[in-house]
Amino acid sequence: MSLSLPFAGDTVPLQAYLVLAAVLFCVGVWGLINSRNAVRVLMSIELMLNAVNLNLMAFSNFLDGQLIRGQVFAIFVITVAAAEAAVGLAILLSLYRNRETVDMERFNLLRW
Amino acid sequence: MTIASATQLICFLVLASTLVLGSIGVVLLPNIVYSAFLLGGVFLSVAGLYLLLNASFVAAAQVLVYVGAVNVLILFAIMLVNKKEDLSAIPGLAVRKILSGLVCAGLFALLVRVAFTTPWALPGPVPVGEEATIRIGEHLFSDYLLPFELASVLLLMAMIGAIVLARRDVFSTDVITGEPADQGLIEKSRTPLLLEKPALEKTP
Repeated sequence: MSLSLPFAGDTVPLQAYLVLAAVLFCVGVWGLINSRNAVRVLMSIELMLNAVNLNLMAFSNFLDGQLIRGQVFAIFVITVAAAEAAVGLAILLSLYRNRETVDMERFNLLRW
Repeated sequence: MTIASATQLICFLVLASTLVLGSIGVVLLPNIVYSAFLLGGVFLSVAGLYLLLNASFVAAAQVLVYVGAVNVLILFAIMLVNKKEDLSAIPGLAVRKILSGLVCAGLFALLVRVAFTTPWALPGPVPVGEEATIRIGEHLFSDYLLPFELASVLLLMAMIGAIVLARRDVFSTDVITGEPADQGLIEKSRTPLLLEKPALEKTP
């Protein structure tokens, strides 16, 4: 196993962006698991989507500089994330009208 | 190290620290309104990182869509469901937090190891820089035309679905008097269009 360390250039290396996106993704996963408030769960999903977008943009800039397909993918991910946020918050409002709470632990109607 | 690269490095460090601290604050702060505003800060710093990555169009899209639309939508949802409720204690919550923290740390270690051991094909092609917007337009109207059109259909479906899911039950007739309800009645003090469902079950 050979470590491919960041090349000693002047610019910020690719690995720095990857590690930053990994931090963002892991914080999002932890928040997704541990949040009691349903709105915070949606926020954690947005954090994870942003981490993936950051990865796509970093790869697009460093490895695919001419055909920037990563940026096109990031635009589609932003579109789908906007649709997801709208539908998710509508479901949240509907849940709140029916159960009078936003506690994730009490949304257990379908739990074995 | 030239001035330009030093500026880039300083911008990256500032944006990265804002991003990490903001995301941790989004997850950990007890007040969810502060979390929502910090989420806007996280989105803005991600847009700044996009600018560092030669992607001005996507940075603008990020600011418009995430900060302008998604964050405002989340704030409105918080306003609509903002009822102070003390969450009931759950046995084993601390254990669950620690376990999930370990899982996330393991995932992070795995991702960092992949990032540092993969032989990336660096240095890649020279980035196009400010021509990125032109290239994106060419992509969207040539080889990514079908996903582009499907995205518009998806947005339409999401809009209709959100309206259907979030609206209240609307009746075309007044359920108390039985007379057909028109839009003008909304202006009066009693609003027949927004009656709750149990009132409907009294009528045979």
